[in-house]
Amino acid sequence: MELFRIKRDLPLMKHALVFNAISFITFAAAVFFLVTRGLHFSIEFTGGTVIEVAYPQSADIEKTRHVVEKMGYGEVQVQNFGSSRDVMIRLPVRAGEKQTEVVGKVFGELCKADAGTVSEHQEVTAQGEQISKQVCKKPDGAEPVKLSRSEVVGPAVGAELALDAAKALGVTVLGIMIYLAIRFEWKFAVAGIIANLHDVVIILGFFAFFQWEFSLAVLAAILAVLGYSVNESVVIFDRVREAFRKFRKMNTHEVIDHAITSTMSRTIITHGSTQLMVVSMLLFGGPTLHYFAVALTIGILFGIYSSVFVAAAIAMWLGVKREDLVKTAISRDDPNDPNSGAVV
Amino acid sequence: MNRYPLWKYALLLVALLIGALYTLPNLFGEAPAVQVSSAKVTVKVDGALQARIEAALQQAGVQADYVQFDGSSVKARFGDTDTQLKAKDAIGKALNPEPADPTYIVALNLLSRSPQWLTALHANPMYLGLDLRGGVHFLMQVDMKAALTKKADALVGDARTMLRDKNIRHAGISRDGNTVVIAFRDAEQRTAALDLLKNQLPEVTWTPQADGGVTGALSPKAQVVVQEAALKQNITTLHNRVNELGVAEPVIQQQGLDRVVVQLPGVQDTAKAKDIIGRTATLELRMVDDSAESLEALKGNGPVPFGTERFIDRGNGPIIVKRQVALTGDALIDAQPGFDENHSPSVDLTLDAKGARIMKDLSRENIGKRMAILLFEKGKGEVVTAPVIRSELSGGRIKISGAMTTQEASDTALLLRAGSLAAPMEIIEERTIGPSLGKENIEKGIASVTWGFAAVAAFMCVYYLLFGVFSSLALGFNLLLLIASLSLMQATLTLPGIAAIALVLGMAIDSNVLINERVREELRGGVSPQQAINLGYERAFATILDSNVTTLIAGVALLVFGSGPIKGFAVVHCLGILTSMFSSVVFSRGLVNLWYGRQKKLKSLSIGQVWKPEGEEASTAVTEA
Repeated sequence: MELFRIKRDLPLMKHALVFNAISFITFAAAVFFLVTRGLHFSIEFTGGTVIEVAYPQSADIEKTRHVVEKMGYGEVQVQNFGSSRDVMIRLPVRAGEKQTEVVGKVFGELCKADAGTVSEHQEVTAQGEQISKQVCKKPDGAEPVKLSRSEVVGPAVGAELALDAAKALGVTVLGIMIYLAIRFEWKFAVAGIIANLHDVVIILGFFAFFQWEFSLAVLAAILAVLGYSVNESVVIFDRVREAFRKFRKMNTHEVIDHAITSTMSRTIITHGSTQLMVVSMLLFGGPTLHYFAVALTIGILFGIYSSVFVAAAIAMWLGVKREDLVKTAISRDDPNDPNSGAVV
Repeated sequence: MNRYPLWKYALLLVALLIGALYTLPNLFGEAPAVQVSSAKVTVKVDGALQARIEAALQQAGVQADYVQFDGSSVKARFGDTDTQLKAKDAIGKALNPEPADPTYIVALNLLSRSPQWLTALHANPMYLGLDLRGGVHFLMQVDMKAALTKKADALVGDARTMLRDKNIRHAGISRDGNTVVIAFRDAEQRTAALDLLKNQLPEVTWTPQADGGVTGALSPKAQVVVQEAALKQNITTLHNRVNELGVAEPVIQQQGLDRVVVQLPGVQDTAKAKDIIGRTATLELRMVDDSAESLEALKGNGPVPFGTERFIDRGNGPIIVKRQVALTGDALIDAQPGFDENHSPSVDLTLDAKGARIMKDLSRENIGKRMAILLFEKGKGEVVTAPVIRSELSGGRIKISGAMTTQEASDTALLLRAGSLAAPMEIIEERTIGPSLGKENIEKGIASVTWGFAAVAAFMCVYYLLFGVFSSLALGFNLLLLIASLSLMQATLTLPGIAAIALVLGMAIDSNVLINERVREELRGGVSPQQAINLGYERAFATILDSNVTTLIAGVALLVFGSGPIKGFAVVHCLGILTSMFSSVVFSRGLVNLWYGRQKKLKSLSIGQVWKPEGEEASTAVTEA
C-alpha cells in the first residue's frame, strides 16, 4: 500500500504568497483573540483554589453555585468536569483569607446544603491501604457529596511558575535556533523558528478563543510539539540541501518544490501516527489529559502546515541560494568537481 | 553487509533481558502489607525489630509472605487484607504496650507483589505519584528572614555572655534588624571587646561605629549556613510530626532554597494533616519577670516594664516575661510525658550540651524564680508552662511537674517536641487527590497508551508489512526499555508521565517511518534489496538524529525550568527520546538483519508496495522471498 503517488513535483512555491497569507491571517486572528480575550490560565499560574466534588447523581450546578457564591469568595466558577456528576469549583485568591482553610469550609457548606454533616472517617481499601479523610454523611448513612480532589496554590507560586514557563519557552526557541543555525544556515534558522513560533501563537490563539483552560500540562504539550515539528522543517531543509547538490539545473523554487514533494509522504505518515496516539489520549485519557491532547492535536496539524509550507516559503523569501548550503560539501560529493578524487 | 556481528546481537539480547527484568515488577500489582517504623527520634529500627515482629506474628498465628528490614522500617507482606489487619493488631500489641504513647508506628501499606528474587535484584516497581495513588501534597515556604532574626537574637545572647565572662564592660547590647549593636563607654573596652568578638564569633563581621559602638552582622556565607541549617532542621521536625500521623510512606523533600515538599499518600484528611504539619511553632525559654513593677502592670496599674513582654499563660491568665531569650527550641532534643517522685504527671525535657550548660547557669542564678516556655505560632506567643525553678538543673534533663493531668502532660510534651522548628513555615500550595480519582487516572492513562500503541502498530503493519512488524516490535522494545529505566531510576510515575510515554511512542515511530520510507525510496531508485536496507538505514540516521535533537532541546528546557508535574513529564520525555533512538535504529535493524541478512539472493523486501512514477508498472506488494 502506498498512499502518496505524486507523479510530478507539486508547484507549491508558486502559491507561497497564498500560504503565507493564510498563515498571516490565522496568526493575526490568534494574536487578536490573545489580546482581546486573553488566556484562561489555570490556578497553577494565577493562584487560587480548585475543588472537585462528586455527587452520586447528576449534579445541580445552579444549586452548588448558589451555595458557594453565598460564602462570599468573589468570582466563583462552577462547572461540570468530565461527567455530569463531577463538579469543579474554582475560587480566586483573596487577600486576608486563609487560603488553606477554604477547601474545608466550602466542602462543609456543600455538605450542609445536602443535609449532611462532615466527619472524620478512616477506612482500609480493598487493597489494604489505610485512608483517612473527611466525609460528608447524612443521618441515614448515605454520602450526598464526595470530595475527589482539591488544589490550593498561593499567588507567589503562580507568578513563579509563569516566569519559569516563559523561561522554558525562551530557552527552547533559542536552543532550536542555535541548533538550526549550526546545522544549516541562519536563513533556515530564522525561517524554521518563525514557522514554528507561529504554531505556538496559533495554539495559544485557540485557547484564547475558546477560553480553554491553559495549564502547565498544556504548556508542556506546546513545548513538546514545538521541538517535534521543528524537525519537520529540518527534514525539508535537508532535502533542499540535497536537491541543490543533486539537481544543478533547478532553481530555488523548483528545488524547494522537489524537497517538499519528496518528503510529503513521510511527513503525513509520521504526523499521522503521532496523531493516532494523541487521539487515543483524547478518547481515553479523561478530563485531566483533555486539553493536553487538544493542544497536541492543534500543534501537530498546524505543525505540518507551517513547517512544510511556511518555513520553506520564508526561507525562499529570505533568499536562500545554492551557495549558502553547498559550498562546504561540494568537493566531497560532487563527482563533476575536477578536484574530487577517483570515484570507486 | 546486513549482518550484525555476534556481540551486537548479544548486546541487544542483554538489553532485552534487562528491560524485561526491570519492567516485570510493575506488572505484579500490589499486596497488603504492614509497615513498622520508629515513632520516636531516640528509637532506632534495626534487624532485632524484624525478629520481634516475626515472633509476634508467629504467636498470633498470622502467616506473612515475608518480613523485611529495609533500612528505616520493617515491612511485612500478606496475602489478603484480613490477614493484614490481624497482623497489624498483633504487631501493635507486641511492640506498643502503651497505646497512648507508642514507641513504634504500625501502619497499613501496600507492597509490590513481585517475587523476592526480583526485589533482591533491586528490580522494584515505579513509585506512583499522588495523582495516581491519592493523597495530599503540601508545598511549604520556610520564612528565612525569621531564621536570620532568630540567629541574630542568639548572637546577642552569645555576645553578652562572652563579654561578661571576660569582664568587659559595655553600655548595652541590642538587636537592630539582623545586626547586633553593642554600645561602649570607652575606647579601651571597645578594642578589647572587638578582639574578643572577632576571635570568638568569626562568622560575624564586626565593624566599629563612629559613635563608639560596634555593630555585627552575619557574613553572607554564614547567612547561607544559617538558612541551610534552618531548612534541614525543619525537614527533620516535619519528619517527626508526620510520623505522628502514622503515614506509611511520606515524602519530605527540600525544593529550591527555602521550600519543603510534603507528600502523604493515602491521607485524605487535610485538616488533620495540616493541623500537625502546618503548626508553624517555635519554642523559646525565657525568665518570668516577677518584679513589683510587672506585678503592678499585671494588675493593670502601670505599663509593662522596659525589656519585658506580656503573654498569656495557658489557662492561667497573663504573665510578664523578659524579652531576653535564654534558650530556643533548637536546644531541645526531646520532650516526653512522665511521672515525678510523687507519682504526679510531669513533662521530661532533654537538652543538648549547649542548652544544658546555659540551663545550668540560668537555674543556679534563678533558684526560686519562674521560667516560662513560650510557643510562638505565626508570630504570636503563648506561654505553655511557667514552672518555678527548685534547684540547679544540671545534666540537661529537666522535669516539669505541677498541677497537671496525664493528658495535659502528654499534650505539653507533644507541643514542645513539635515546637522545635528553626524557622516558621507556611503552606503555599496544597493538593488532595481522592483514591478513586487516582485509580481512574491510572486506568485512563494505561488505556490511552494501549489503544494508541495498538493503533500505531496496526497501521505500521498494514502499511509496511514485515517492515511494519519490525517497527512495531521496535516500538514495543522502546516501551519496555523506557519503563525499565524509569523503574531502575525509581522515578515517580504521574499522569503527565503516562501522557509523556504515549507521546514518546507516537513520536518514536517517526524514526521507523523515516527509515522505511528511505528504504522504499532506494528500492524505487532501482537499488538491490540488500543495498536498499543498508542505504535506507544509513541515510535516515542523520535525519533521525536531527529530529531527536530538536525534541530533546524542548525536553531539557522543560526539565530545567519545569516543576512538579511538568518535571515528571520532562523526565519521561527526555528518557524516551534516548531509548527510542536505540530501539528504532539499532533494534529494528537487528531484526531486519536477522531476517534478511543471510539471504544472499534477496529479490524483494516485504515493505509494502513500492510505487514507481513515470508510468512504470507498479511492482506489487511482495511477501518475503
